[in-house]
Amino acid sequence: MTGSIITRRALIGAGIAGGAGLAAWSLTRDGGAPSSSRNGSGGNIRVAAPSASTADTLDPAKGGLSTDYVRHFMLYNGLTTIDDGSLAPHPSLAESWESTDRVTWHFRLRKGVRFHDGSELTSADVVFSLRRHAVPALGSKMATIAEQFASVRADGRHGVTIELTGANADLPTILAQSHFLIVKDGADKPDGNGTGPFRLQQFSPGVRTLVVKNGEYWYPGRPALNSIELISIPDEVSRVNALLSGDVQLVMALNPRSTRRIENAPGHDLMITPSSLYTDLIMRQDTMPTGNPHFVQAIKHLVDRPLVNRSLFRNTATIANDHPIPPFHPFYNAEIPQNTLDLDKARWHLQQSGLSGVRLPVYASQAAEGSVDMASIMQEFGSRVGLNLAVNRVPADGYWSTHWMRHPLSFGNTNPRPTADLVFSLFYQSSADWNESGWKDERFDRLLVEARGEPDDLRRKDLYGEMQRIVHDKCGVMIPVFISLIDAFDKRLKGMRPVPLGGFMGYRFSEYVRWED
Amino acid sequence: MAAQGSSGVKNIAKIVAKRVVSAFITLFLVSAVIFTISGLLPGDAAQELLGQSATQEQVEALREEMGLNRPALVRYGDWLTAIVKGDPGYSYVANMPVSQIISTRLPNTLLLAALATLVSVPLALLIGITAAIRRGTTVDRSLNILTLSLVAMPEFLIATLFVLAFSVKLLWLPSIALVSPEATWSETMRSIALPVLSLAVVVVAQMARMTRAAVADQLDRPYVEMARLKGVPFPRIVLQHVMPNAVGPVINAMALSLSYLMGGAIIVETIFNYPGLASLMVNAVTSRDMALLQSCAMIFCAAYLAMMLVADIVAILANPRLRA
Repeated sequence: MTGSIITRRALIGAGIAGGAGLAAWSLTRDGGAPSSSRNGSGGNIRVAAPSASTADTLDPAKGGLSTDYVRHFMLYNGLTTIDDGSLAPHPSLAESWESTDRVTWHFRLRKGVRFHDGSELTSADVVFSLRRHAVPALGSKMATIAEQFASVRADGRHGVTIELTGANADLPTILAQSHFLIVKDGADKPDGNGTGPFRLQQFSPGVRTLVVKNGEYWYPGRPALNSIELISIPDEVSRVNALLSGDVQLVMALNPRSTRRIENAPGHDLMITPSSLYTDLIMRQDTMPTGNPHFVQAIKHLVDRPLVNRSLFRNTATIANDHPIPPFHPFYNAEIPQNTLDLDKARWHLQQSGLSGVRLPVYASQAAEGSVDMASIMQEFGSRVGLNLAVNRVPADGYWSTHWMRHPLSFGNTNPRPTADLVFSLFYQSSADWNESGWKDERFDRLLVEARGEPDDLRRKDLYGEMQRIVHDKCGVMIPVFISLIDAFDKRLKGMRPVPLGGFMGYRFSEYVRWED
Repeated sequence: MAAQGSSGVKNIAKIVAKRVVSAFITLFLVSAVIFTISGLLPGDAAQELLGQSATQEQVEALREEMGLNRPALVRYGDWLTAIVKGDPGYSYVANMPVSQIISTRLPNTLLLAALATLVSVPLALLIGITAAIRRGTTVDRSLNILTLSLVAMPEFLIATLFVLAFSVKLLWLPSIALVSPEATWSETMRSIALPVLSLAVVVVAQMARMTRAAVADQLDRPYVEMARLKGVPFPRIVLQHVMPNAVGPVINAMALSLSYLMGGAIIVETIFNYPGLASLMVNAVTSRDMALLQSCAMIFCAAYLAMMLVADIVAILANPRLRA
């Protein structure tokens, strides 16, 4: 690796004229190396995710894109893991955990687990990995969540005690996220040395990651694949073409429009993962006219959800009910009446709000998936009830910092979160930075804290159920559908199953899938 | 005669020196423009890196570490002096020196550009000259229709059609360019065949059009008629008399096309997922990686200026009238 960097750096000095010939040489210099065929045979597969960036990282705390999450789950393990549709945390590096008050948690670590460099996993590694999120200069994506850790300390060689600032029954679920994967004690800049199912062989940011099987993986019989080359193909059409031409065996984040091409290909299959990803219309509650409750109700009855599902997502999406908990979630409240397209109701509410005939700009962008088309659909129905929506289509670059939540009407887009508490605390708590609509409901805020510390699951379900109802009735967001995640793969790849946290089995496929010729 | 010759050389040296100096001045002005424009982008690398969940103090801490909180003029001065010394800075987004990032991508771009040039220049000359000397015939008309339709066809369409035909249907060539250090020559050639072909198609058409125009223009001149009347064989007229006079515009058109290959291959790079400089630069824009963005922009501008300089010098050397 170092050698090739030096030769290539020297290349710049060689200048443009002479560079071309040298470049060819440099690209192919290692031509003699045994290049195992990576067309799938023998469990060597190539996988393509959509995001490519020079910001690609080996540091779990800094992971920001799908390729990062996939890479981190190949190299590292968390204390817990979520590997099926139940969304329940299962043991991983932690064998078991307990807490009597949901404030102090004890985790017992699995013994005999080794890092790729041969050293043994101890509580010191876990303490280091969890504490580093609090260092501002690190730039952890989970810094705000890690603020809940009042203290993390070792409890013997194989025990860790986490003290929280307040009760939180979801801690084991939170720790299953890729950002909380465990790195080696003292690894300020993690280099891929983890306890995970694969060892890092080559990493070149924005281009590729090559990993090979960790023969001493602590889970017997895993992983089944020999090696995985993870690349990114940002262009969706190219991604599909690469799969169909056999250059890659697994791709992520397909557009619903491409599903037919995969369905018509005999050797390939689709995996549609229902998720809690949604694009929502935000009606700011702190400005008029969108702060008017009648206006909010009018908008919520002005969208044809089955039409959105059919025309934008080819019926792969799940109909939503203006709150962020999807039907497959254990805490879903099925008793809330479904909001539907009801032009009479919408017209009545609009008249009550005194906004008939008013022209309102709505900001949409490709940055929020499907928002431009959703805006057009709403514009059409709006014109039938006397609401004049003007669709402002703005560029995706910079959308989140310049438009999102900054206009009375704009679209947002929220990624799947592992717990109901996270999505409610991040986007609906009145004090949250991303309280998208700027609403405030005291009962909701109280219920949120109560549910977080509630040990009894049935009672929690009631509390979250009521919160869903409050959001459905009062909050200034309109959520038409939950968008499903679409993966496609070579049929010889076995063992893929949906995990609703993300594509590629919640980014964790590497440990579970196998290849059968 | 000898004195005249040396003064001619002096003249040329003077002209070339002038061009070189003005190229450097342009480059300097461009650096200021690049710096200003990249500063106008909303948000900065610290915000972009920390993402949505960042708190204000985190952003401040990271800005401090990245040196983003210093005044713009100071940053510009530092950057410019560093780049003059040959150090393009450090990318805090990728956490490595910019030179290291670029050194992994520049060879790829050069390889692609070189191969596309190798394919397209002879082809363009052939098409252009053939069309020009066969003006008005069926050959000329069909070549015209061919080049015009290729010029009109957007490259994403050409590239996509190639992929559908050669990769998805025929399974002959890979649909994405898998350039990796351990690939063999033949693997590398196979994987960049389609990108090279797509790029060549685009630039061949443009260069051929320009070549035809320049050669046709010269063929109408009285000296060509004179030569023909004197009985000079036609191939000799074209190669020895017409080409030296037509070479200026032809070289200029080629330089434009080739500088396009350096930085403008973004669409082809995207479709074939080719890890070149253009996609690196787009990436730098979205991640607000200013050091990297500015370096890429400087490379493209320098390459463009270098090509233009070479084109000018060749045109001067080839044409005796421009020397005086």
